[in-house]
Amino acid sequence: MRKDFIYIVENFLSRYKLIAWAVVCAGMLAVPLFGFSPFIMRMFIMIGIFAILALGLNLLTGYCGQVSLGHAGFFAIGAYTYALMKINLDAPFLLAMVVAMVISAGCGFLLGLPTLRLSGNYLTIVTLGFGEIVRMVIINWRSLTRGPLGIGGIPAPELFGTTFTLTNHGFYYAMLVMLALTGLTCYAIVNSRTGRAFKAIKQDPIAATMMGIRTTRFKVLAFVLSALIAGAAGAFYAPIIGFIDHNTFNFDISVLILTIVIVGGMGTMRGMFLGAIIIIAFPEVARFLMTYRFVVYGLLLIVMMRFRPQGLLGWKSRLPYNIPKAAKKQLEAGA
Amino acid sequence: MSEHYLQVNTITKQFSGLVAVDAVSFHVDKGEIVSIIGPNGAGKTTVFNMLTGVYQVDTGEIIFEGKPIHNLQPQDIVEAGLSRTFQNIRLFGDMRVIENVLVGTHIKTKYGFFDSLFRTPRFRREEAELTLKAVEILRSIGLDSYIHNYAESMPYGAQRKLEIARAIATDAKILLLDEPAAGMNPQETEELMDFIRSLRDKGYTILLIEHDMRLVMNISDRIYVIDHGKRIAHGLPSEIQGDQRVIEAYLGGAKTNAED
Ligand SMILES: Nc1ncnc2c1ncn2[C@@H]1O[C@H](COP(=O)(O)OP(=O)(O)OP(=O)(O)O)[C@@H](O)[C@H]1O
Ligand SMILES: [Mg+2]
Repeated sequence: MRKDFIYIVENFLSRYKLIAWAVVCAGMLAVPLFGFSPFIMRMFIMIGIFAILALGLNLLTGYCGQVSLGHAGFFAIGAYTYALMKINLDAPFLLAMVVAMVISAGCGFLLGLPTLRLSGNYLTIVTLGFGEIVRMVIINWRSLTRGPLGIGGIPAPELFGTTFTLTNHGFYYAMLVMLALTGLTCYAIVNSRTGRAFKAIKQDPIAATMMGIRTTRFKVLAFVLSALIAGAAGAFYAPIIGFIDHNTFNFDISVLILTIVIVGGMGTMRGMFLGAIIIIAFPEVARFLMTYRFVVYGLLLIVMMRFRPQGLLGWKSRLPYNIPKAAKKQLEAGA
Repeated sequence: MSEHYLQVNTITKQFSGLVAVDAVSFHVDKGEIVSIIGPNGAGKTTVFNMLTGVYQVDTGEIIFEGKPIHNLQPQDIVEAGLSRTFQNIRLFGDMRVIENVLVGTHIKTKYGFFDSLFRTPRFRREEAELTLKAVEILRSIGLDSYIHNYAESMPYGAQRKLEIARAIATDAKILLLDEPAAGMNPQETEELMDFIRSLRDKGYTILLIEHDMRLVMNISDRIYVIDHGKRIAHGLPSEIQGDQRVIEAYLGGAKTNAED
């Protein structure tokens, strides 16, 4: 019964795909016109940033099956790279962003290398260690990171002579652009040879190997991609909160990102958006629960695992497989 | 030195004391259907695991098209042209049937990562070609009505066929089928027999492990019999059927099974 409901919705959305997308895009573009308070606008931006992080982690965990509990580390590397490039070198926004992504991706590559020998829980523990190591480096490399003092006054991003702020909605639109780019990138990767290899590795690494997939290479690639995306998110996050230190990117953040992926629905893209909305908006809406936030997240995860392990939006689509247009034409001609 | 298509020379595999495969030799010529039979635990699957690089050989060598392939990475062996199915089905259950076959085309896909990122004409063209190829393979094996299904939702017999379809998609020269008829009903087995023959007619070479004697005797050009890791007989189906050692091996196996 409920399954049928989902199926009807799916069918409806796929039939009116263009209209549905137009409505969503128009709605998101129009948000600033409604005169929301800066507090609410900030929340929207946070939702966007965490959706980006979740999309990235989803490539690694949802599609390729490698759980990372150290994603806050990449987030931090992106944020610190941006902040330091801006403050020390007065670098332009895009350059700082690209360097942040490259450095973060490089660290993702290094973290991915243990997949040569480790898998499953052992690998997860290595990622957990990675998150802590990044924090330790931030605290101890004082000459570069200013240690526990943190970095404040991070300059806002600018492009074509305009400086983005919360009030001129530059942050909001920049977030939308980043979210769209990340979404498109992930979509393109997932629906390609690479995405199929990721999914195959997640489901049965031996069978994937026997199909000629170089599993280690693809696992490392998944690490690199998700690190790159987290780095970009970090570079964008730093100027928005204006001040960063080692505690901005603690273990809780890693858990938070993973929670979004699990609650939304691993291995689906739609789930990342809903997951981010629920997980980020929740503490704002339920302020009185703030102190128990992580207790509630923990309970939420347990309940999810018990009753809906595939995540809220983690159903398997019943729409037909998306056959490439050119192939479809030929099949119809042949049949 | 070896003029055979696939030449296996005295390969041995030992698992902590147990000699699972003991100096087994055999060969397969191009276009043949060769079967390996033997009682449960004889070492047949272990032979396949060595052929496909899951296990390294302890001693011996495997020569394919004149080149040694033993102890290569499994991926390199697939690229050389050996592809297999699994006795205990190992499909990508959460993926569509057609996606399973597309995974099989992985090594033959030439577009790069950036082609997929930017959806270049090359990407579009190749994806369309691969999809057509996958559909064609599924059609030939009679799975075209399942294209959009998830692999795990298919009946058992169809899953076995999908395993074969996926192996074919790698453009293998030799297909190694590990008990493809297990769990199939007589009619499905009959269809499978025709299908395997049609593969041979298309130029594939087939190495088959199978317990269904009707299938084996009907389809094989030659048969090797393994028992307790050792090759105990070799010959045409008619020769194997009457071979005293083979009958004993099967009966002996049955007896020990009954005892424990
Ligand atoms: N990885 C392994 N570790 C230890 N022993 C193994 C391993 N793989 C196989 N064996 C043992 O090697 C022997 C041969 O196993 P194999 O799977 O090759 O038999 P088989 O001929 O395929 O049997 P069946 O007809 O039941 O599939 C068995 O005794 C099995 O228990
Ligand atoms: Mg076996």
